[in-house]
Amino acid sequence: MTLTIRLIAFLALAFATGVVPASDLVERGRYLTLAGDCASCHTTRGGAPFSGGRVIGTPFGAIPAPNLTPDRDTGLGAWSADDFYRAMHNGKGHDDRSLYPVFPFTSYTKVTRADTDAIFAYLKSLPPVKRASIEPILRWPYSMRSLIASWRLLYFDEGEFVHDPKRSAAWNRGAYLVQGLGHCNECHANRNAFGAMVSEPYLAGGIIPVQNWYAPDLSMGPNGGLAGWSEADVVALLKTGRSAKGTAFGPMAEVVLQSTQHLTDDDLAAMATYLRSLPERDPPAQRESAANARDLARTGQKVYVEQCADCHGVDGHGKGDAYPPLDLNASVTEPTGINAIRMVLSGGFAPATRDNPRPYSMPPFSQKLSDDDAAAVVTYIRQAWSNKAASVSPNDVRAYKSTPGG
Amino acid sequence: MRRLLSRFAAAAIACFAISVGAEDAPTVPDTLLQRIAACTSCHGVHGEGGDNGFNPRLAGKPAGYLHRQMQDFQKGLRHYPIMEYTVAPLSDEYMREIADYFAAQQVPYTKQPAPAMSPQATARGEELVTRGDPARGVPACMACHGANLTGVQPDIPGLVNLPYDYISAQLGSWRTNTRNTIAPDCMATIVSRLSDADISAVSAWLATRPVPADAHAEVAGSVTPPMRCGVLGG
Repeated sequence: MTLTIRLIAFLALAFATGVVPASDLVERGRYLTLAGDCASCHTTRGGAPFSGGRVIGTPFGAIPAPNLTPDRDTGLGAWSADDFYRAMHNGKGHDDRSLYPVFPFTSYTKVTRADTDAIFAYLKSLPPVKRASIEPILRWPYSMRSLIASWRLLYFDEGEFVHDPKRSAAWNRGAYLVQGLGHCNECHANRNAFGAMVSEPYLAGGIIPVQNWYAPDLSMGPNGGLAGWSEADVVALLKTGRSAKGTAFGPMAEVVLQSTQHLTDDDLAAMATYLRSLPERDPPAQRESAANARDLARTGQKVYVEQCADCHGVDGHGKGDAYPPLDLNASVTEPTGINAIRMVLSGGFAPATRDNPRPYSMPPFSQKLSDDDAAAVVTYIRQAWSNKAASVSPNDVRAYKSTPGG
Repeated sequence: MRRLLSRFAAAAIACFAISVGAEDAPTVPDTLLQRIAACTSCHGVHGEGGDNGFNPRLAGKPAGYLHRQMQDFQKGLRHYPIMEYTVAPLSDEYMREIADYFAAQQVPYTKQPAPAMSPQATARGEELVTRGDPARGVPACMACHGANLTGVQPDIPGLVNLPYDYISAQLGSWRTNTRNTIAPDCMATIVSRLSDADISAVSAWLATRPVPADAHAEVAGSVTPPMRCGVLGG
């Protein structure tokens, strides 16, 4: 009898306070870890998911990602939900030490307490894996953790996402995902000499340090990297790895595989809605790299017709959903030319996603084309059709000759 | 009138031809071969191998072996940057399909170049391949890879007709820890017992073997490996 009363009382209390049943909380947390792409850094190749060990290269040294499984000695076993929220929201560890900003608390600070609690509940539900953290290998002076205090003072703005009542629910949801868990600006922005991401203009594109791919401007207006993309194109790329406007490759292919393909259509559409609202950009600054750009482009046209036109079309429009267009493709025209150079050298498959499980691929040309011819064809595609980007030189090609995939 | 008719017919044929052409132009063949251009551009359309020592022949190698190599590149056990990059975004099912394709290809073998070896080195190469070096705990290559060295289904690759450069590079990479697989990694153990001269001798002797009339891998279970190997189920 007492038990029944207690049960009723508990249920009433649970209902009144909106307590989520544990299994729902864990499932929501699982989904949110996908939105945050947590496993991507916190899993080493071939290792147990979330058990850490992947070494993240930074310009300051190598920082291994820690173990997030609930092992008491080496993982989050001794952490409380408060500890976890503080790490996500404020970048402070269980032991009160400042975390290195390679962990994107600079973005995760926007995540709500309810969502971090759900993520924590999911991580606690994982099988514990004993895997001791590896100490970072940082160059002096960056090895002095005390320096992070100054860094935080300069570059860290703590604060959860603030709902904008003047915007739609979809815009708010998209902004929350892109700015928070999605931590898109951690790659799609330039970083200053101290490794801090540039937030103004937001998501305006930049070179990803160490990996050396160019993460393009994500704005969809004139001069934006995604100019000409529809919301459906953005959703298709995030969901399937390909779209009528371009294909995900390099680090973005990994993001699609591990994260965005698992998100709901509503969340992906919300992210696209938010990207559409990013402010207009100034035209990107382009710097000619080759001394003989016009000759290069002329040679490049011949190489293009012989090697590339079969798939990408003489008109640069690509073919069906197998081969992406190169005309008005942000990865072809981005300011540095790095992406086009590396794609020509390394080729590769689009990510094998649920909706595109047997992707088409592009041959690597690093052993087929001379550095001069590779520079020529990249210069040509950057200046053909409607593209108006600067030339690249054979020296630019040589810089990436031995770094497939990064 | 007849002229008009023939003109009409000609025009109709032309229209038909153009419309067919226009429809055909943007289609991409929905075949595995078309999809795996990233593989075939170096390994050959039928996996016959490239014209250098580092793009090995894939045709006819056991599917389990080929699949395992892609998994090992993906897991960071076997290292070769362009291969690690290329297989990174693939699913296990897709890698299996690609492995099955190359395993099923039948193309003639071509002669592989090998450096001139001293009679002593040739004898040592033959010894290691056919009898091994029991004193140093090195089993014969033939003990696992088959008496004809054509491999055994589904996991043991053939060793015939591989280029000298490729074999010596692979044996070297077991030693330098850039080629690993699931434990126990018996090839790593064997190579740790070979000298530099042994690696050179065994690579050269293998590269000069004539291809037997039947170069298919032997049926599963036709060898009893003398060591425990992770790739053979431990």
